Amino acid sequence: MSLRVPHSRTDPLKSLLRMERFPHIWCPGCGIGVVVKCFVEAALQSGIPVEKHVVVSGIGCTSRAPGYIKVDGFHVIHGRAIPFAIGLKTARPDLEVTVIAGDGDLLAIGGNHFLHATRRNDDINVILVNNFIYGMTGGQYGPTTLEGALTTTSPYGFVEGAFNVPYLASALGANFVARWTPLHTKELTNTMLEMFKVDGFAIIEVVSPCLIYGELNNMPPLDMMKWLKDNTIIDHNADLSKIDVNFKKPLVLGNFVRRYRPSHQTRLKELVKKVVGGG
Amino acid sequence: MSERVSLLRAEEALLKPGVYFMQGNIAAAEAALVAGCRFFAGYPITPSNEIAEHMSRRLPQVGGYFIQFEDEIASVIAISGAAYAGVKSMTATSGPGFSLMQEGIGMAAMIEAPIVIINVQRGGPSTGLPTLVGQGDVMQAKWGSHGDYEIVAYLPSSVQEMFDLTIQAFNTAWTYRVPVIVLPDQRVGQMIEKLSVPDYNEIPIAGRIAPEEPPEEFLPFNSKYLVPPMAFAGEGYRFHVTSLTHDERGYPSTSHKISTQLVTRLIRKIRDNEKAIGRYESVLTDDANLVVVAYGITARSALKAVKEARKEGLKVGLFRPVTAWPFPYWGLKEAVDRGADIVVVEINMGQMVRVIREHFANIVNIHSMTWAPGDVPRPHDILVKIKEVYEG
Repeated sequence: MSLRVPHSRTDPLKSLLRMERFPHIWCPGCGIGVVVKCFVEAALQSGIPVEKHVVVSGIGCTSRAPGYIKVDGFHVIHGRAIPFAIGLKTARPDLEVTVIAGDGDLLAIGGNHFLHATRRNDDINVILVNNFIYGMTGGQYGPTTLEGALTTTSPYGFVEGAFNVPYLASALGANFVARWTPLHTKELTNTMLEMFKVDGFAIIEVVSPCLIYGELNNMPPLDMMKWLKDNTIIDHNADLSKIDVNFKKPLVLGNFVRRYRPSHQTRLKELVKKVVGGG
Repeated sequence: MSERVSLLRAEEALLKPGVYFMQGNIAAAEAALVAGCRFFAGYPITPSNEIAEHMSRRLPQVGGYFIQFEDEIASVIAISGAAYAGVKSMTATSGPGFSLMQEGIGMAAMIEAPIVIINVQRGGPSTGLPTLVGQGDVMQAKWGSHGDYEIVAYLPSSVQEMFDLTIQAFNTAWTYRVPVIVLPDQRVGQMIEKLSVPDYNEIPIAGRIAPEEPPEEFLPFNSKYLVPPMAFAGEGYRFHVTSLTHDERGYPSTSHKISTQLVTRLIRKIRDNEKAIGRYESVLTDDANLVVVAYGITARSALKAVKEARKEGLKVGLFRPVTAWPFPYWGLKEAVDRGADIVVVEINMGQMVRVIREHFANIVNIHSMTWAPGDVPRPHDILVKIKEVYEG
């Protein structure tokens, strides 16, 4: 199958893509490529010089995203994208640092860093692609796997609960919390543009179809896309405690939280000013 | 405040040249500031806490940043990030924290991030003896992370060396783009003694080698260099870095040719420069029939034992490795050629002795004096061993 994309739309995006690395590694139907496209569009529209954009990731399908984006990019070890991003941002505050990573990377092995970066309000952007599973390693359950789901390590059904990511991030104090899907490209791109403006911890959860999850759970990517099309509600003022992902009820999307707590890095700069200023 | 003013203030805020009475851990922290360290990330652990505490007070005074992270894993990763943003960075820890850092140290070796880690060794294994001395991390410093890579590790033996070798650690890290470990033991870290700070124009400070190519020609891991020039994030090179096996462009590769090229270079950049990096001190070894090998606090006890032995007419000398890695084996060669016996004394169950056996087994007799962590062998204890071997 050949895809035709109007020329005027591809060219500007290509300037921020590592075209020599295509075709990418993602499965047909996967939502991660859409996230990359939205990020590239948002980065180009952001008004922030491209050399100031930095992307950081850990390990997993989503973490391959920086490998296709032509800005300074760091694909580091499993679970550690957030502390690496904090090191970059603290050392060089003029960088616009975005972590792009998956649910297992950020919320399981990297969960402690997620918890504390949100609490400290570190000035980084996080795009969390939630596909409910460890796709790259073959389909094991993760911290956002839905109860009852079949995975290669829950062959009788998953008996744990899943994180409700926006509720969690909001409770931890994030300055910006949103949720979209790869079907909502315009909203997702615009939300990324909002996220770049935030001084502090900002997170967008992208609920994404996954071939591996879909094959195991009778919901192939196209079916899930259709489900997302028919069963999503946009409610920016939703009660976050009630918006867990559950295919038995509509999925609530929106830009839920916008706070103005000064970021950790802003406060560190103020601290230096105070100490040096005081002699 | 302009950057320029803050830099001038920073210079003024460094420790003034002169003579001090100072703790080893604090001397290391002050040395880091002199070396240009402006970011510290760490997690509380005994007996290294004085370094973090001192950095939390001092870094803001020189325009730098201190973050106490949620764990040692985040700490060692964050300093690699800061280094790639162009800021000299370090962390400090002890045994359990050093174990947690190992994957991050391997990552720094792989992505060639210049970082400094001070591991003030306590007694182990596991939680072990938090407040007491050990030298059981010598092998871990070299082999702690998975896969093949090289690091550099220094073995300070005094407060003066905590200062001097911490500066050297930064210089080596930035010259070779390699994680460098300063490996004192608890006694050297927490002892208080004289420190002489020289004029700063007498202290060489190394920085990165910057790329000369324009961004479109720049290869972040160009194999024509043993140590590729380093671009920082935000400079316009728009480079990619991965801790996966990668080609010269920084892109992941599963090719055996690329793997061979990368791993060989990571190892060669240290091994080919082992004599430039490796350091040792020899005392009274010229005519010695027996050479005691000891490092850190143990070397100071051993020196006293050697002097006592000399008083009794025994031809005994001391060889003190100042770098654990690369191990300065060439410094022992002359004594070995003369057929001197070797006695290795260390506060562990026999670690460094393995390296000496690797180089000189079957040439001379190599004896191991092991000592469980928790205390330092007294000069008398070492003298008894010297006599046993010398007269045996």
